[in-house]
Amino acid sequence: MNATYIPLQQPFTRELPSRGRVGMFVLIAAEAAIFTIFVVAYIFYIGKSLTGPTPQDVLTAPIFYSICLLSSSVTIHLAVQALRLGNVSVFSRWWFATITLGAIFLYGTATEWHRLIYRERLTISSNLFGTTYYSLVGLHGFHVVVGLLCLTLVLAFALTGRVKHEHAYRVDVLSLYWHFVDVVWVVVFTVVYIVGR
Amino acid sequence: MSTDSIRWPQTETAAHPLVDKLHEWVTTVDHKRLGILYIIYALVFLLIGGIEATVIRIQLIRPHNDFVSPQVFNRMFTMHGTTMIFFVVMPVLFGFANYLIPLMIGARDMAFPRLNAFSFWMTAFGGLLLYFSLVGANGLYGAGNAPDVGWFAYAPLTSRTFSVGHSTDFWTLALLVSGFGSIGTAVNIIATVLCMRCPGMTLAKMPLFAWLNLVMASLVILAVSPLTAAQLMLLVDRYLGGHFFDTQAGGSAVIWMHFFWVFGHPEVYVLVIPAFAFASEIIPVFSRKAIFGYPVMVAATICIGFIGMSVWAHHMFTVGMSSAANTFFVISTMAIAVPTGIKIFNWLATMWGGKIEFKTPMLFCVAFLFQFLVAGLTGIMLGSAPFNWQLGNSYFVVAHFHYVIVGGILFTIFGAFYYWFPKMSGKMYSETLGKLHFWLFLIGFHLTFDFMHIPGLLGMPRRIYTYEPGRGWDVWNLIVTIGVFFQALGIVVFVANLVWSYFKGETAGSDPWDAWTLEWSTPSPPPAYNFAVIPTIKSRRPLWDLKHPADPDWKYE
Amino acid sequence: MFVLAVTGAIFAIVFSLLVYAVAKFRRRNDDGREPPQVYGSNQVEVAWTVIPILIVVALFMATARVIADIQKASPSANAVEVVAIGHQFWWEYRYPSLGVVTANELHVPVSDPGHPTPTFIKLLSADTDHSFWVPRLAGKTDLIPNHPNSTWIDPHEAGLYLGQCAQYCGTQHAKMLLRVYVQPREEFNRWVQSQTQPAHMNSDASEGQRVFETTACIDCHAVAGTVANGRFGPDLTHLMSRETIAAGAAANTHDNLRLWIRKPDAIKPGSLMPAMELSDRELDAVTAYLETLR
Repeated sequence: MNATYIPLQQPFTRELPSRGRVGMFVLIAAEAAIFTIFVVAYIFYIGKSLTGPTPQDVLTAPIFYSICLLSSSVTIHLAVQALRLGNVSVFSRWWFATITLGAIFLYGTATEWHRLIYRERLTISSNLFGTTYYSLVGLHGFHVVVGLLCLTLVLAFALTGRVKHEHAYRVDVLSLYWHFVDVVWVVVFTVVYIVGR
Repeated sequence: MSTDSIRWPQTETAAHPLVDKLHEWVTTVDHKRLGILYIIYALVFLLIGGIEATVIRIQLIRPHNDFVSPQVFNRMFTMHGTTMIFFVVMPVLFGFANYLIPLMIGARDMAFPRLNAFSFWMTAFGGLLLYFSLVGANGLYGAGNAPDVGWFAYAPLTSRTFSVGHSTDFWTLALLVSGFGSIGTAVNIIATVLCMRCPGMTLAKMPLFAWLNLVMASLVILAVSPLTAAQLMLLVDRYLGGHFFDTQAGGSAVIWMHFFWVFGHPEVYVLVIPAFAFASEIIPVFSRKAIFGYPVMVAATICIGFIGMSVWAHHMFTVGMSSAANTFFVISTMAIAVPTGIKIFNWLATMWGGKIEFKTPMLFCVAFLFQFLVAGLTGIMLGSAPFNWQLGNSYFVVAHFHYVIVGGILFTIFGAFYYWFPKMSGKMYSETLGKLHFWLFLIGFHLTFDFMHIPGLLGMPRRIYTYEPGRGWDVWNLIVTIGVFFQALGIVVFVANLVWSYFKGETAGSDPWDAWTLEWSTPSPPPAYNFAVIPTIKSRRPLWDLKHPADPDWKYE
Repeated sequence: MFVLAVTGAIFAIVFSLLVYAVAKFRRRNDDGREPPQVYGSNQVEVAWTVIPILIVVALFMATARVIADIQKASPSANAVEVVAIGHQFWWEYRYPSLGVVTANELHVPVSDPGHPTPTFIKLLSADTDHSFWVPRLAGKTDLIPNHPNSTWIDPHEAGLYLGQCAQYCGTQHAKMLLRVYVQPREEFNRWVQSQTQPAHMNSDASEGQRVFETTACIDCHAVAGTVANGRFGPDLTHLMSRETIAAGAAANTHDNLRLWIRKPDAIKPGSLMPAMELSDRELDAVTAYLETLR
């Protein structure tokens, strides 16, 4: 007998929670801790820049793109619901909508950054505001990108007929990550565009 | 339920060529093998970190010594601290956790075996990256040099201005990478403990080892993440022109300290709580009594976890915080003494009225009790801000934390090695060599770290490559250095014992200690699937119940 | 002392209990039965929770009082005020109201308990983190850039007090030594007087002065009353009034001074003063010039 992978026995389904959900929640906790530190740094440095553009000067709240991102939480929820009922094609459509909304959000971030860098001359090295702003929003954007990559992978599986009703659990766990990304955006938006200005 | 008759087919595995064996080990996702990989990795770095410590102590054996240059010395203490914490103690603790938790909770593996393997290799790579700095940090043209900013790498010393070249980047990236490994392992531990216990094992019936590692893993999640964040910020400063810690641009050096110690303090609880776990398994077995006050032990550990997240700025008493802030951190630091003290009392009460057998694991755990007591008390002293203003950043602090990490944590780790070596290898270690290791190391430890408090009290700061004669520090430094050689000898005996016993030791059987938790019901070493049949348990000591059917634990719990 | 007494007492009690347990409860040759299994005891556990809590409260109260006393002190009218600026790897001292600028050796007046004349020191940093620690005078306080701190000392006995930087600041952290001269009032006043004079002019040393002023020395160093007013390195106006050079790393003798200028790394490897590559003649001349700066 060699040490090949032996299939794990399914955990006894008494009161024990499921591994995937617990694992994802713990990962979310870790990520939340990372974001908390960036948020703390952002808040600490509000008003402390010695030079350069201030938030009041250059920031405009990206309301439309935020609505897109937050709506994607709704669409992903609907997608998971559909898959739980076994409706793969409805699932695929809502899933695709989620990805589209996420991509629109990223597009919004990209245009905003383009404007900030080239028109307003705010870069990560301009001043404390630049450093903390790009780091915080960028870290969130990075998580959106990772999320979109995962979602796109699942979409590819769905379009090639590999996603079935019994995968609803796994897709649900992935959607937890996506909801987390949205919640982080709510916090980031509040801190950067409301409190910080 | 004798399992001595099941023998792992040794002959079959011996016939495999070396390449196949290596391939098995490199691609394994079995928690036991990954556990062993972690442990061996940690042992190798223990030797390297020990050499670094020896270099430090030789340099400090007398004033104005020139054994090494100041630049080399500064790299030595940076690498010693970073190596010991991230690439010795954390991996060895993760290794034992990985190996034992599934066995103790009646599971076949961890919750996420592939994540387990990924986490190990990330950690391993981080260590190699850190040491690659020795050749790579100045570019391959120069001799290269290791980081020299201290293991806590205060800003702005780490900025591009003051740390030229790439040595600081190696520090940052190595810890970033191994940090991802740590977080992965913590996710695995939490999911395993919460989701994979065997029937009958409610959380209240789990071995303390599983509980304490659950708390440790939660702390890793909450603590390593701030370090990850701070290191990303440092990289932004160093490479993208950011100003997180750039005091010239209005940034704050103090905020690095806050972020680092928000990681750094819970980190020491990450290190010590598994040590408590080892003690909580070993002391009852060798006292022949159940652990005294199981529910309180769990509650106290959870308290330590919570309070431990709120004490971090006691590392910053000298930084110039307001008296309100200083006072808050004094009270939270002293508060943590209460649950920690309770644990010491509980271990003492476990031994009280028992029939103590002083085998090597127990020797190490008894020494742990004495030493951890002292370490806790010097910690209380340091937790008092005015005391700290004198003793902080001096050799008193160095003595204190080595008392905890070596006298407390390393001693229980040695105990754990001896206790579970028979289970992991199927062989008994040599008790004579074990006791020799213990006494050599005990003498060396006390020579070094007892006397190290004194230069601190006499004003010797830490991280200095040499010191002036006539300050009254000379003889104490000499004694401290002498102790190192006893410890080194002890370690040599230890490694020799492990290696010799692995090949030539007596067969151990599945339960050489007459113990009570589930891992002792499997063969030694356990087969890949752990349990032929997943057990159903009724109490905290399932094997006690089997061995004492007239007097089982579940009647009393 | 209270903290020490309490922790000492705790240690004595628990240590004795441990020793007793280890001695009394060894397994002796017996019938091989397990001892009575005691799972816990509510009364005992409550007791050893409540008592530590009370001890912690007591320790905390004592500590809080001391913190408040030390941190709320502020300069009185007759306190001496010093601004200490930490550099890699030396100390800059300025006495704003007395007009003194010096380096590495701090002079303060002794304080009479009846009519205290403490010294308040504002702590700033020009580069990275440092820490001012003279154990016999006070606890340490860090010097952190962009984060001014302050500390105070109230020495009742005259004498020389030694200390050193206590926060790792780079290669020569170990040789950033502190020398605090606590002097009787008249002596201190005389020192202040001599420190506020401009540099001694000595025509014999004009060759050395010329070398000093035409090489890069004046980029870093200042000599009051001359063209040299660099701020990166220590002020040298009254160099010869100090007993040591290089922040205490070497005694202020002719040979050490010459060696330091020729090759700083010979005394303090990694210090930020570059070797000036002077010829022997220039070296002798500059040393002679510096030795006139009393």
